[in-house]
Amino acid sequence: MEKITAKLGLGSCGIAAGADIVWTELKKVVNDNNLSVKIEKTACIGMCFEEPVLELSGDGKPKIMLGKVESKDIKNILDGYLNNTLEYNNIILHEHQPAVHNELIANQQRIVLRNCGVIDPESLEDYEAQGGYQALRKALSMKPINIIDIVKESGLRGRGGAGFSTGMKWQFAFNARGNKKYVVCNADEGDPGAFMDRSTLEGDPHAIIEGMIIGAYAMGADEGYLYVRAEYPMAIKHLRKALIDAEAKGYLGLNIMGTGFNFDLHIKEGAGAFVCGEETALMQSIEGKRGMPTIRPPFPAESGLWGKPTNINNVESWANIPWIITNGADAFRKFGTEKSPGTKVFALAGKIANSGLIEVPMGMTLHDVIYKVGGGIKDGKKFKGVQLGGPSGGCVPASLLETTVDYDSINKTGAIMGSGGMVVMDEETCMVDIARFFLNFTQNESCGKCTFCRIGTRRMLEILTRITEGKGEMADIEKLEQLAVNIIKGSLCGLGQTAPNPVLTTLRYFRDEYLAHIVDKKCPAHSCTALLKFEILPDKCIGCTACARKCPVKCISGAVKQPHIIDQSKCVKCGACYTSCKFKAVTKV
Amino acid sequence: MQNSRQELDAILSKFKGRHGALIPLLQEVQQLEGYLKKETMKYVSEQMGVSAAEIFGVATFYSMFRLKPQGKYIVRVCKGTACHVSGANGILNAIKEHLKLEGEADTTEDTQFTVLEVACLGCCSLAPVIMIGDQTYGKLTPEAIPAVIGKFAKA
Repeated sequence: MEKITAKLGLGSCGIAAGADIVWTELKKVVNDNNLSVKIEKTACIGMCFEEPVLELSGDGKPKIMLGKVESKDIKNILDGYLNNTLEYNNIILHEHQPAVHNELIANQQRIVLRNCGVIDPESLEDYEAQGGYQALRKALSMKPINIIDIVKESGLRGRGGAGFSTGMKWQFAFNARGNKKYVVCNADEGDPGAFMDRSTLEGDPHAIIEGMIIGAYAMGADEGYLYVRAEYPMAIKHLRKALIDAEAKGYLGLNIMGTGFNFDLHIKEGAGAFVCGEETALMQSIEGKRGMPTIRPPFPAESGLWGKPTNINNVESWANIPWIITNGADAFRKFGTEKSPGTKVFALAGKIANSGLIEVPMGMTLHDVIYKVGGGIKDGKKFKGVQLGGPSGGCVPASLLETTVDYDSINKTGAIMGSGGMVVMDEETCMVDIARFFLNFTQNESCGKCTFCRIGTRRMLEILTRITEGKGEMADIEKLEQLAVNIIKGSLCGLGQTAPNPVLTTLRYFRDEYLAHIVDKKCPAHSCTALLKFEILPDKCIGCTACARKCPVKCISGAVKQPHIIDQSKCVKCGACYTSCKFKAVTKV
Repeated sequence: MQNSRQELDAILSKFKGRHGALIPLLQEVQQLEGYLKKETMKYVSEQMGVSAAEIFGVATFYSMFRLKPQGKYIVRVCKGTACHVSGANGILNAIKEHLKLEGEADTTEDTQFTVLEVACLGCCSLAPVIMIGDQTYGKLTPEAIPAVIGKFAKA
């Protein structure tokens, strides 16, 4: 029996930060030195900004977590921990003493992410040791309708973004006639700036699978699909292994746990189409067709996959189910607000200090999410806005930071809860450019079925591009607003109906930035290159020639130790001089 | 050629009679041949009894399917929100410049690299991010690009 355990985070983000190299070194150091260390792997703990992350525990020592671990330090770290002489400058969590990020974890409430970063996601035994598949055992001893009642009482709302009652959705599928029904997990997480589902799929695949088996039993389905984005190879790998292990243990397949209940679950890889996150388009895609949305009604609960009653829920909704069945509806309602019970997982990204994955009780203010959990704005810059809900959502300004995180309050701001992407923007982010960015996205991803979505988004994009290039006119704002209304009215599915939201919210809260672009031909954030000029301040320039050497078009001239000058006619505005200057002599005007 | 036809037939027979099989089938065919060739799509249509129009419709709908030959290494440049606000455009330009890709061209002349823009790789905390093959590289700067691409250049 080894004395201590060293657990390394090997999620996609960890690996991108070099965790696989640390893993190899960890194995080597332990073997070569015959150390009494048990090494384990886990997925994403959520503190992506500190990756690679190593957790040490055992031998009666306090559990600690180290951030930004490098392979060259592994030997010292392990020796130090074993001999109680560890000195490490980035202890991010400490069981007994203050540490940099103790607060970050203390302010969270982990239901969905209960096992993420705790267990080895490829180990069924690890999941079982945390109480895994006990909820299924309990559910199978209950009447299906009683399970649906618990889900209804819990008040769980669809975590994909729209926030419809999950229990009601289950009831509809339960009520539907027919002896063939399907359940589907929507894991086609497509919002740019969102990675909640990726982390859950990678970190705790069995929780989602267990939720789906319970749902299938409650609604009377015997077949299911996990529709996963193909851009998430590790998620798919972990799910495949989890399905095989669960079937071998009798949790899936025929005669589950000896109850006579059968359920078959398949993985369907997406092929790259954002619109397939819309439920009717997703079902078309599973059927092997172009993923074009269809008219509702009929709703999937009556006529879904291959015309059979179908229930679709998002990854996070499914992952909540085993916890709710085990702990009961009342326990779930203890978190969150009256109308939005439970917790919500958010992916914090953009100009925020602690970017990563967090789970907080509903009802926390945006301010607390960003400052208490997220650590505030990166590099001490000024907060400008936070983008919620991806291309369907909107930008919430500083004046509304006291808004609480729940479906209804966020809707009031014009943004939406969405699936949980939270991209923080600072003074250097141009809000017109952000609106243009999202319109470019939806315009690309529009399936083309509805005219207003197909052509209207293109017209909006053209206008926004014009404005960011300094060619906008006052009439453009009116045109944008008019197009927005018509696109919302004239589109069949959520993609088109929400596509104008980023423009509408930025027009509402950051209209002065639009005006600055149109009237003054200036970009206040100094982000739109067409409206930007780099200049060298003669009194700050010491003539070190760093900028001139970096300039790709050689448009900076000046003698050594003399102030330099930029030839504006040749400048391509790449910003290389700006980043290379150590004396802040290059400014954006 | 003979071999690849046999492999193709093996894929087709695996999917015959299964409902909803067209997308995974085309994914495997693309895996085999690198991209979806016109002749192959015709062959699939005849063998599977699916109209060529339907196959072409599916192939053009999903961004993952490629109708042109692609490079040995696929460079995916993330254009997600977090990467966008962290300077993804500069990264894309640096890659294109380094690989001497001009205008609409996305594949290098020696067919070593194909550069694609993708919506979001889900590594937002490491923005800006690119993926080469299945390796992810984060916190990039335009200056770092030559070294990253260099790891994959022809030996």
